[in-house]
Amino acid sequence: MENKNKIIELKNITKQFGGDMVLDHISLDIHDKEFLTLLGPSGCGKTTTLRIIGGFTNPDSGDVMFNGKRINDVPPHKRELNTIFQKYALFPHLNVFDNIAFGLRVAKTPKKEIERRVMEMIDIVELEGFEKRNVERLSGGQQQRVAIARALVNNPKVLLLDEPLGALDLKLRKDMQIELKKIQRRMSITFVYVTHDQEEALTMSDTVVVMNEGKIQQIGTPQDIYNEPVNAFVANFIGESNILPGIMHRDYFVEFAGSNFDCLDKGFGEMEEVDVVVRPEDIELSEATADTLNGIVETITFKGVHYEMIIRVGTDIWLVHSTKSAKVGEIVAMNIAPDCIHVMKKSAMPKINRYTLNEEGENNLAEGAVNDL
Amino acid sequence: MIFKASKLTAAPYILWVMIFIIVPMALIAVFAFTTTVKVDGEGNILSAEEISVMEEELAVYNEENGTEEELELDERTIFTLDNIIKVNDYLPVLFKSLWLAAIATVICLVIAYPMSFAISRVNANRQKVMIMLVMLPMWMNFLLRTYAWMTLLEKNGWINKLLSFFNIGPFQMINTQGAVVLGMVYNYLPFMILPLYSIMVKIHDTTLEASSDLGANVFQTFSRVILPLSMPGIASGITMVFVPAISTFIISRMLGGGTNLLIGDLIDLQFLGNAYNPNLGAAISLVLMAFILLCMSITNQLDNEDNIEGVLL
Repeated sequence: MENKNKIIELKNITKQFGGDMVLDHISLDIHDKEFLTLLGPSGCGKTTTLRIIGGFTNPDSGDVMFNGKRINDVPPHKRELNTIFQKYALFPHLNVFDNIAFGLRVAKTPKKEIERRVMEMIDIVELEGFEKRNVERLSGGQQQRVAIARALVNNPKVLLLDEPLGALDLKLRKDMQIELKKIQRRMSITFVYVTHDQEEALTMSDTVVVMNEGKIQQIGTPQDIYNEPVNAFVANFIGESNILPGIMHRDYFVEFAGSNFDCLDKGFGEMEEVDVVVRPEDIELSEATADTLNGIVETITFKGVHYEMIIRVGTDIWLVHSTKSAKVGEIVAMNIAPDCIHVMKKSAMPKINRYTLNEEGENNLAEGAVNDL
Repeated sequence: MIFKASKLTAAPYILWVMIFIIVPMALIAVFAFTTTVKVDGEGNILSAEEISVMEEELAVYNEENGTEEELELDERTIFTLDNIIKVNDYLPVLFKSLWLAAIATVICLVIAYPMSFAISRVNANRQKVMIMLVMLPMWMNFLLRTYAWMTLLEKNGWINKLLSFFNIGPFQMINTQGAVVLGMVYNYLPFMILPLYSIMVKIHDTTLEASSDLGANVFQTFSRVILPLSMPGIASGITMVFVPAISTFIISRMLGGGTNLLIGDLIDLQFLGNAYNPNLGAAISLVLMAFILLCMSITNQLDNEDNIEGVLL
């Protein structure tokens, strides 16, 4: 990615709404032809970032660069990018063809060319036969396709997408994810995609930008983000995980949950307090022995591909995904391979407890701690 | 069963329509095409001259015999086109009414359109306050409001007094066509703002952003998105201002003086005034109604043309 040209640069962008810091000194490079996703919970500033790129919101300070030129003062209609809005924002008074032709007509494109390019787009988004249909009589998925065609027909250099699949049902969403990725490759343009769905982000993106509370938490490939989260927030937001306090004794050696483990992390201070992330699927269960990290199975739920278990080790609660079954109350051993232990600097954020025990001793998912998967 | 039930529930409405709309309309039509004439014992229609001759004869008879007999003649209602033909004489007044109402409607549209759009763009709470302010004058009696304008526009009224401080004027403002149009605009402006606002509030900000995103500048966004989307509001706003404006008689009487009679005043005079002639009044009403329907069908055409392109709001 380093060799590619930067098409959009955000430099030290800040934005406040009514005293709330929505964007706190955001800097971000977006490269040509990449699929970049802004990922974060609602209110993290991802949509505001997109609107600043689109020109619908002005930053309080900082620069927006497009191909090396500052475009802070360029109004949206003069920017070489197009947007797909959250609820599509189709023109209700125009039919499918006229919606898609809107941008070309405004640009005073010759009639013949409009006809050709619109029909080409209709073909790409598979809406043949719907040209004369009123857009309000289309299904959500079809409206989505019209919105995509309406934006792409203008040959933008960058396409901004604001949670475009949010209104679709699960099956359609999965199909459209693949579709969008295909379109992006075929047209070879830059996509800047906003979503709160981490799975969507991991599936589609070349680069994921995780945001929270107006700050960028981590920028990286989906693999980086998933495997090497930089802090507890990212780890927690990208899939379910066990986050435990630990102490880094020395390079490649960490203590947590009352045991010592070999790991692949280095570069921390001696005896530095750290957060340790272990993905639920990275824990392998076996017969308990005296030398293993043992826990009591509190609950077990069948999830199809795997069993989801909550296992108690002392006072800590672990989430484990395993293809092996176990009985509630059984003592099992949890084995964690060195490459499955992710050591992170302690984040300033309060520790997130994913699970708590209620008075009856049953396990409940702590409120707000579970991400919608 | 459901069909029958729904038919039954419509009955009160149908009854209402019959009593208060269909029957009165039919009566107007009947009045417009009939007249009352006096007939002699054999049922022959008597002309005005014949009646005056008879009256003279009776007066002579009364004088000779010292009696006070009165002429008693039977009356009969007959079909006639005379009333409709007589409306011809009032066509200039009708056209003047159409003209003034049209001017008032256009001025209302010009004022209300940007205003409604501005109101529809602010946040929901402010919208409520602003719409209430628009409607506030309507809480006051229509007559009082028009009287207020009289005191403002009079020769020795407030506006001329104010202008005299700057050694301007005095101007003749009241009893002019301008004053009548002003009264119409002032009184009917809310009826233009409300339908426009209620249509415009449905135009989402993102729709306008989408237009801008696709390369349209402010003017293109207006002509290609806002205007077509607000067409139904324009059509109903025009209807709601034009129809009452064309048939008003209070505004023209109070602000137009005796010299600027409108068609509404004429109709009023035929029923309640000195020129008592309900048949002629009904005929004028009927012709006015025909003109209004014509104008409305033109307005609706405005709306329909866009419907063909897909405005379905």
